[in-house]
Amino acid sequence: MSTRTLLDALGEVRDPELDEPITVLGFVASASLSPDGDAAVHLRLPTYFCAPNFAYLMVADAYDAVSTVDGVRRAEVVLDDHFAADAINEGVAARAGFVASFEGEAVDELDNLRVNFLRKAVLAGTDLVCRPLVEAGKSPADLAALTLGEVPWSPALDRLRRRRTELGLPAGDAAPLLVDPASGAAVGDAAVPLHLRKARLTRTSLDANTGICRGMLRHRYGVEDQ
Amino acid sequence: MYEKDGEKYFIVDSHMHYWQAGPETWVPGAENYAKGWIECFHAYQGLGPPATHWSIEKFMSYTEDDLMKDVFQDGYVDVAVFQPTYLTEWYKDGFNTTERNAALGEKHPGKFIANTRWDPREGEDGLKKLAENVERYGSKGVKLYTAEWREGSRGWTLKDPAAYKYLEACQELGIKNIHVHKGPTIWPLDKDAFDVSDIDHAATDFPELNFIVEHVGLPRIEDFCFMATQEPNVYAGLSVVIGGLMHARPKFFAKVMGELLFWVGEDKMTFGSDYGIWEPKWQIEGFVDWDYPSDEFSDYPRVTTATKKKILGLNAAKLYGIDVPAEYQLPAAAGTPAAREDAALVESQ
Repeated sequence: MSTRTLLDALGEVRDPELDEPITVLGFVASASLSPDGDAAVHLRLPTYFCAPNFAYLMVADAYDAVSTVDGVRRAEVVLDDHFAADAINEGVAARAGFVASFEGEAVDELDNLRVNFLRKAVLAGTDLVCRPLVEAGKSPADLAALTLGEVPWSPALDRLRRRRTELGLPAGDAAPLLVDPASGAAVGDAAVPLHLRKARLTRTSLDANTGICRGMLRHRYGVEDQ
Repeated sequence: MYEKDGEKYFIVDSHMHYWQAGPETWVPGAENYAKGWIECFHAYQGLGPPATHWSIEKFMSYTEDDLMKDVFQDGYVDVAVFQPTYLTEWYKDGFNTTERNAALGEKHPGKFIANTRWDPREGEDGLKKLAENVERYGSKGVKLYTAEWREGSRGWTLKDPAAYKYLEACQELGIKNIHVHKGPTIWPLDKDAFDVSDIDHAATDFPELNFIVEHVGLPRIEDFCFMATQEPNVYAGLSVVIGGLMHARPKFFAKVMGELLFWVGEDKMTFGSDYGIWEPKWQIEGFVDWDYPSDEFSDYPRVTTATKKKILGLNAAKLYGIDVPAEYQLPAAAGTPAAREDAALVESQ
């Protein structure tokens, strides 16, 4: 019962690149909550060498998410089987930040990385929302004129709005459906075909990557996706 | 060569290895890295058909006989290009060195092209070694690993002035083909191994060199595609694309191929099995039989027999100056393999 709430919280943590919850990806090896309020979470990744910047983000986000669960007094989130596990685990536990955890090796905090991948998520999400519209015969000019409020509701649209909100991009009913994920500027008629091509390519890339990561995780731990 | 339905395919495996990675080769103190690396490779093999999976023991130490059988006897390959990976911080004699590859190549004349490698952090000594390797092994290509660890450094980029010195040396030494690993996983911390912008710079400044991006920047092919569409001398190395996706994720494979054909074009894509990660046999058979699985892919470029002939061998043969017998060549109307034409910009839908 208590594990369920931990998993709910962990379900809000995403792989910043794959844009999927770590629970869905199978990255949560175990999660338990003791009667005294000690939460213990173990995370695992597809390979020993998964990029530590992403790994750090997920461990830190998991720590933050678990810490907010009712009844949790102490949270411990541990990454297993990874070449940088010690540095990451200690850094997150001490709330030291990425740069301090990798003294002499890392220059930037991870905010830029997160923003970069959120932009990719917005592009990929744009493809998901626009594909049915294109199939229904909408022209580039139609799409350029559409607002978010005029697009029929779907989970994909919801998600696109959430990602745009996270980036500080307009996400209300009156906001244009197609915006440049970096500037937030509306995409003009002439630029729509290339914008959609880029959106589709970004989604393809993300899906292919997710496929590879899941395949590697299955091989490494002999488990199916959760 | 491979023959199917009366069509003959000349096969160049432009990205393969002959490594040694058993426990006896691990550097004391770095065992976890050495083990983690080879296990990571072994996990990739798991993305191929089950019948082609090896035990971890064989995978660590496959033999010359294994290689000759898998690549040439069963695997249809006419010419194979060795791409070295040193990793000497983890493996005592190196994981997969120029010397080890070339020694095997010398025993089988005409079968192999032995590429070498360089690392700009090796300074003048490295430049000397590069010249020696080119003289000794006739290397026309190099494999670069920008994420390689070295004495506390965890990577470098092609933008580094030191790297430019080596690129200049390549031109002087007659090296034409620069294969750069931009692909899955692997460490660097703030030096992002997946970042392809350094290739963009180098390709612009060294227009006479060919830059073959192995693994097409997977997992982030979008950055690679946006760059390659603007650089006539940037090629897509399909190692990992076919081996890692065609069997395991056929639908994604179709999309990735469609995107690459659209942005990069069939004249600038080269097959590489990545042996011993995957055997070439199933990859070649599968790719010759392959087409888009449904109408959903109708706005991607078509895949023809000529497309497959170029990708499986003719493009790489052109890059490496390999003579292709007349019966394997394309009719004039099918275009020029490895043509350096600017990718067509996207036409309006």
